[in-house]
Amino acid sequence: MTPKPTRGPTSIWDLFWSFTLLGLQGFGGVLTIVQRELVEKKQWFTPEEFIEDWSVAQVLPGPNVINLGLMFGSRHFGMSGAIAATTGLMLIPSVGVLALALLFGSISDNPIAQSALQGMNAVVAGMVLATGIKLIPALKKNPLGYPLGLCLVALTIVCVNVFKMPLAFVLLGLGGLSTLWAARQLQQLKALEAQRPPHAENAENTDSTQSSQSITKD
Amino acid sequence: MTLTLTDWFALFLHFAADSLLAVGGAISAAPEMHRFLVQEHHWLDDATFANSITVAQAAPGPNVLFVAVMGLNVGLVASGGLHSGAQALAYGLLAAFVCMMGMLLPSGLLTLVITNWAHKNRELTAVKAFKAGVAPIVVGLLVSTGYVLNSHNNHWSHDWPLWVVAIISTLLVWKTKVHLLWLLASGALLGGLGLLQA
Repeated sequence: MTPKPTRGPTSIWDLFWSFTLLGLQGFGGVLTIVQRELVEKKQWFTPEEFIEDWSVAQVLPGPNVINLGLMFGSRHFGMSGAIAATTGLMLIPSVGVLALALLFGSISDNPIAQSALQGMNAVVAGMVLATGIKLIPALKKNPLGYPLGLCLVALTIVCVNVFKMPLAFVLLGLGGLSTLWAARQLQQLKALEAQRPPHAENAENTDSTQSSQSITKD
Repeated sequence: MTLTLTDWFALFLHFAADSLLAVGGAISAAPEMHRFLVQEHHWLDDATFANSITVAQAAPGPNVLFVAVMGLNVGLVASGGLHSGAQALAYGLLAAFVCMMGMLLPSGLLTLVITNWAHKNRELTAVKAFKAGVAPIVVGLLVSTGYVLNSHNNHWSHDWPLWVVAIISTLLVWKTKVHLLWLLASGALLGGLGLLQA
């Protein structure tokens, strides 16, 4: 079950410019563009790695995309990689944002700008939704098992949209419970692998071994 | 009104605290920023506060840059506005820098320390279980974010065109490779022409 080897940035400048381009293409958040460019095009992440890293970036405090840049940069080039990725994300975009703020400081008072932004926000909503949908199949390799994974996705949507629970609460509450369950599954899997005699052909067919086997098949 | 050294320090400390509170994105700390900048210190009025977030949305870049715009506006307002010259601009840029550093340093250092530890211990069951356990929740949150972003437009008779745009955008991003900037530009154009108001 070793993950497929993925390509990575060739140099620290490659890292910096790639993240600069990500920053410059991201309106209303950079997540969708990161998924498109780094997972689908450059394949610096597999979808599974991307979900894992994005999860960590979202659970930790601070801006998500910056957290992701820090993690990714430091894994490839240490501290200078972390700095290269985050300055890439922010340096040129911040010049643009500040210039726009100085020139059109009162953009909120302008009805045309307002309704243009409303249109853009609707597009962004769709983009984020599509990114979520595209990441769902990556849960197939999750030790929780695909059916439970899907239930948890649904439960999260209900908690946020129907019960209007705060995000941090959902992440820590629901995420905490499902982490405990994942730990249990992983431990069973480990125990099973340790116990299995070299020539055993038919393991017990209890529920848990079945689900563990379906994982090892992947 | 000018900012004293204590004020600068308070500004930095406030955003440093927000940095650690902002689970799920910088924008989740916006109510706390509003309380501090608008209600407590009167460094910004309501309109300028809202403007700062809107302008940052209209420009490319990570969402967190709205913090830089807030800083810029705090500096500008405190030094009498842009028409009072280069000094105001320098104040604004300095304040933008101070606020962004406050917003980024604490959470950034925490992220580096924790993720380096987790990477070194990636074979630990606890680390694996955490990544596996949180993944479906995060996917669920993304799907929800897509909905939440559009859910304040909840007057059906009036807002249905925005929903149509969001659904078309979902399908295009999901099923095609069309460049995202085209989608954003189309959304802005349709909105700006007033076609999205039923």
